[in-house]
Amino acid sequence: MGRYVIRRLLQMIPVFIGSTFLIFFMVYALGDPVAALFGDKAPDPATAARIRKDLYLDQPLWKQYLHYMGAIFRGDFGTAFNGQSVTELMAAAFPVTLRLTLVAIFFEIVIGITLGVISGLRRGRTVDTTVLVMTLVVISVPTFVTGYLLQYLFGVQWGWVRPTVSPDAPLNELILPGIVLALVSLAYVTRLSRTSIAENVKADYVRTATAKGLPRSRVVTRHLLRNSLIPVVTFIGTDIGALMGGAIVTERIFNIHGVGYQLYQGILRNNSPTVVGFVTILVIVFLLANLLVDLLYAVLDPRIRYA
Amino acid sequence: MRGATHAQWAACAVAVALAATACGGGSDSGGGGEAGIISSSWGDPQNPLEPANTNEVQGGKVLDMLFRGLKRYDPKTGEATNMLAESIQTTDSQNFTITLKDGWKFSNDEPVTAQSFVDAWNYGADVRNKQNNSPFFSDIVGYDDVHPASGDPRAKTMSGLVVKDPKTFTVALKDKFSTWPETLGYQAFSPLPKSFFTDHSGWLDKPVGNGPYTVDSYSKGTGMKLRKWDAYPGADKAQNGGVDLKVYTDNNTAYTDLISGNLDLVDDVPAQQLKNVKNDLGDRYINQPALIIQTLTFPLYDPQWSKPGMEKVRQGISRAINRDEITKQIFRETRTPAKDWTSPALGEKGGFSSTVCGDACVYDPAEAKKLIQEGGGLPGGKVTLTSNVDTGSHRDWMDAVCNSINNALGEGPVCTVNPVGTFADFRNQQSSYKLTGPFRSGWQADYPLIQNFLQPLYYTGASSNYGKFSNKQFDDLVDQANRESDAAKAIASFQESEKILAEQMPSIPLWYQNGSAGYSERLEDVALNQFSVPVYDQIKVI
Repeated sequence: MGRYVIRRLLQMIPVFIGSTFLIFFMVYALGDPVAALFGDKAPDPATAARIRKDLYLDQPLWKQYLHYMGAIFRGDFGTAFNGQSVTELMAAAFPVTLRLTLVAIFFEIVIGITLGVISGLRRGRTVDTTVLVMTLVVISVPTFVTGYLLQYLFGVQWGWVRPTVSPDAPLNELILPGIVLALVSLAYVTRLSRTSIAENVKADYVRTATAKGLPRSRVVTRHLLRNSLIPVVTFIGTDIGALMGGAIVTERIFNIHGVGYQLYQGILRNNSPTVVGFVTILVIVFLLANLLVDLLYAVLDPRIRYA
Repeated sequence: MRGATHAQWAACAVAVALAATACGGGSDSGGGGEAGIISSSWGDPQNPLEPANTNEVQGGKVLDMLFRGLKRYDPKTGEATNMLAESIQTTDSQNFTITLKDGWKFSNDEPVTAQSFVDAWNYGADVRNKQNNSPFFSDIVGYDDVHPASGDPRAKTMSGLVVKDPKTFTVALKDKFSTWPETLGYQAFSPLPKSFFTDHSGWLDKPVGNGPYTVDSYSKGTGMKLRKWDAYPGADKAQNGGVDLKVYTDNNTAYTDLISGNLDLVDDVPAQQLKNVKNDLGDRYINQPALIIQTLTFPLYDPQWSKPGMEKVRQGISRAINRDEITKQIFRETRTPAKDWTSPALGEKGGFSSTVCGDACVYDPAEAKKLIQEGGGLPGGKVTLTSNVDTGSHRDWMDAVCNSINNALGEGPVCTVNPVGTFADFRNQQSSYKLTGPFRSGWQADYPLIQNFLQPLYYTGASSNYGKFSNKQFDDLVDQANRESDAAKAIASFQESEKILAEQMPSIPLWYQNGSAGYSERLEDVALNQFSVPVYDQIKVI
């Protein structure tokens, strides 16, 4: 197990270097960020040259990349154009998005798996069909539509919740955005667990367990669910990364100042240090989440062993 | 059941994490409720909040509350009136003696002296400080020493600025510039307290100025709380208890908050909501021209466009554009069809003229076709319009303009659109003189002065003269206007120079951009100034 983890961690290094270089290259290929700093006016050449020099923009791309990576290993992610250090921005943004992601994952797990189990056990009945149709609707409607719609209904029309989230982003205000963010994944989780349950419910070990005279609840939770959850866990694990990085739309709609907000702002202003820094961290989150998922397999299914 | 206990443990960890983060949040910052306090939408300023480094509206909004300069522009008329200046005297339009009024101080009780101005201006001009607005000091003698085109500065201060006594300083300009005192209302010319230089990062975390408000708290990227400064020595004391600026990423969200009563003031109504705005807000909606003009500039560095006779083609294209219809249909009247190269926000007295472009800006497809044919037709029979399309409905209006031109000419799709994805990319293409067809040029004036609409854009070799227009007569008239000591005569001379633009049509005036704002029922006396920034100190909370 330990050796497996070490091997996986070592594998992350080339992935990390490769992906950061790609991101770096793409962001810096977007154009000269300094020119856009001056709005409609022509940049003052002397000032622009100074800014370029300070940001290492006057160096060839590979030198810039080496310098950037060198700084990262010293814990310095550079400075955003508004004078704040990127680490400072991260410290403000990541906790907020992490909280939003946890709320979303929570709903995915609780609602998604519950609905999946119910419809999987009653395959072909009215409940099952209803759930299937509902998930289909949810999957086919884009997030910004559900976001603005729910915000308008709950926030403006009925006034049950504040339409936007305050800067501290307390959990109770994150419930609605969390649901919006979770909806599409939730539908997938429902469908995945439904299929998985429906298949396994006919398996021999379930019949054995029932024949042993175990109560139905115990059969479902201990035997059926545990074996059916493996594909669902894979999905949720990879979804953590996707939710953290992909919350741009949701964060914009509800004015949440998290990772999506900083990324959006960074891209809009061609602010390369912010974009590369945040995406680098997201890459690490993705890699770790994947490792965690692989390790969870062993927990769920004792047959899977890592040497 | 070893595995099972692991699973339980994992579930518990998730539960604990959820609970722990729940403890993190909590304090609610009350939307539009606090007595006497205005909550207003804001965008994260692009640059650190230094007066000489702020060149966009969001940072400018704060500086307008925190600082008062030598002059201030009247929000209604745009006229520059003395604020901290007792007098600004000159005999030759080149050497100025500035005397300050008594009794002004910063909110940390430090008096505002001549030194506060001179230090601030020297800081703004110094190339090492990388201030966006440093070119504003370029008229002053000694600017080239602190801001050389390359290399390190040769001096720390500009020799043209001399402090005579705590209340007086003199300014020597490189050339005659009669309307220079009128530019001093711009925020780059604000005075700075000593703490700005001694504790710079501390100052940036909590800026200190001499305006009617003080900063109560500032969390970067999230918001700023400004409170009324009771001991403010000026006449324009704040009429409300303070302003809470809240950062919004999306102006749609800010609008939603306004409608649901969580926000008092939105100073940019999103285009998608314009059709609802009358219904939602009634007369609590402001829509008025700002100091912004959008033009289509011709690449006169390209001989195809600049050879003799082409001025007729350029005029013809101008006459082929149906400005009224486009501003109505696409912009829902948040743009005003242009009739000159300035802005109505200047006022007639400030040099705006609704007649200077004359027929050349009036839609007349038949005449347009005739003019273009007389001038020898479009170069190569085609024309391509270029603009960035990431904001401002640029794609939509470019398509409409092209349709307008195609319909007028009746020769099929001769006009095409070249959309550029990002502003930075467009900027690079524009400033490297690669474009071969007309391109968008937007201009937001820094101060309500006709000079600022003409000289930086059309004077030979000027910094933002992207089309490389050059006309001796135009340059002479601008020089003459700058020498003129009488303001009215100077403006007349500038208007005279505009007539040359009408004849030569180096760029087509399209429309003036309006500033817009919406506000809640709690507020009254809401107005926008020429920079489309709400005049916060005048707003009353009911």
